[in-house]
Amino acid sequence: MSLLGLVWQWFMDPQHWQGSNGVPTRLVEHLHLSVESVLIGAVIALPIGIALGHYGKFGTVAINISNTGRAIPSFGLLVLAFQVFGLGDGPIILALTALAIPPMVTNSYVALREVDPDIKDAARGMGYRELAQVLRVELPLAVPLIMAGVRTSALQVVATATLAAFVAGGGLGRYIVDGYATQVYQEMVAGAILVAGLALATELVLAVLQRALVPRGLRLLKAPTTRRAAVFKVA
Amino acid sequence: MAAGVFLDYVDPWINWDWLGSHVPLVLATLWQHVELTAVAVVAGLAIALPLGVIAHRSGSLRLAVLLVFGVFYTIPSLALFAALVPYTGLSGTTAEIPLIGYNVLILVRNVLVGLDEVPKDVLDAADGMGYRPRARLLRVELPLAMPSIFAGLRVAIVSTIGLVTITAIIGLGGLGALIYKGLIESFHTPLVVGLVLSIVLAVVADLAAAAAQRLAVPWARAA
Repeated sequence: MSLLGLVWQWFMDPQHWQGSNGVPTRLVEHLHLSVESVLIGAVIALPIGIALGHYGKFGTVAINISNTGRAIPSFGLLVLAFQVFGLGDGPIILALTALAIPPMVTNSYVALREVDPDIKDAARGMGYRELAQVLRVELPLAVPLIMAGVRTSALQVVATATLAAFVAGGGLGRYIVDGYATQVYQEMVAGAILVAGLALATELVLAVLQRALVPRGLRLLKAPTTRRAAVFKVA
Repeated sequence: MAAGVFLDYVDPWINWDWLGSHVPLVLATLWQHVELTAVAVVAGLAIALPLGVIAHRSGSLRLAVLLVFGVFYTIPSLALFAALVPYTGLSGTTAEIPLIGYNVLILVRNVLVGLDEVPKDVLDAADGMGYRPRARLLRVELPLAMPSIFAGLRVAIVSTIGLVTITAIIGLGGLGALIYKGLIESFHTPLVVGLVLSIVLAVVADLAAAAAQRLAVPWARAA
């Protein structure tokens, strides 16, 4: 039977859809690692990027953090976290969070920087206090680029979480690592399909979320909302 | 040699004795890393340049190219390696197909942006001076697009250097092979050496590309 036939059989086997090594369990593990890392990363990165962008300070640092992050090999970072802190989800989430931070800092910095100065003047003239101006004027205008940073981070975290299987983590990467180790190629290819599908689904879901979050006024302007300040691929 | 088996032995971050006796291994992995990166970037550029020029002329082709490579770019490298191993084995081909594909997206985007940003006046002037389409492309449009293409090249180079480490799991990996060795032997030294050298290589390559940009397009300031 051809490999693709065997892969089809693998997916059709009910055994692979239940228990601790079933697809639902592995998917939940993968999402748990990813969501937690992106959320922690966002809580750290977005306030920093937004503050730096609002005050226009430390621009070089905010821009270059993505360049630096790109140079760090995700695989090496995971192995380092594993060797320093040992087994478990904690070290993996720590490494994934570190990878999630740079694109979100850079994008939110650029997003706030690019808010039209005239609009900020107008907000001031209308009597907005500084905090209200950031929250109600600058942030809504900055949503497209900020969300682009969140998408980039989320995608890289989902991709890197696959590598967690190498440091005894769970997630969909397990099928790739185990299938490779035991030469069961249909399991490995099935894992590859699941990982690719999850990455594409992540991108789609966040694109929909981004559309929902962009204020109607901006959408009516037909401003491009798919632009990204930082190209970032580490896994 | 698993140093961890001795209970009272604390594995230092760098075991200089090991490093001293493994210089040829480290240099070989470094060289493999450079080779894998160079092939991925050069081949990516060789595909992206003509593709970008053609896609720049037709709106529908542009959308198609960006969509196809955009989807490819979204797929994690480990998934692509795993899907290719049954067909192309544990070979350089398996490593290079995803790496080249990722670079094509990065570079095609920057070729398009560079060509888009050539001012209309400049094109009119070139036409008025009697440039034929091909000469106009080679001598006016592409040189003006160079800063954008160089920016893409720098991103492609640094990204690829990081991604190459992942190919360690299919028996390649360059410096990633040292990281992998550190993982399976629970031995800090190769991990630290692989990690640090990979970052250093990325920084050095980025600076070299920036210098090359300054030489090739002296009129544009490197970002």
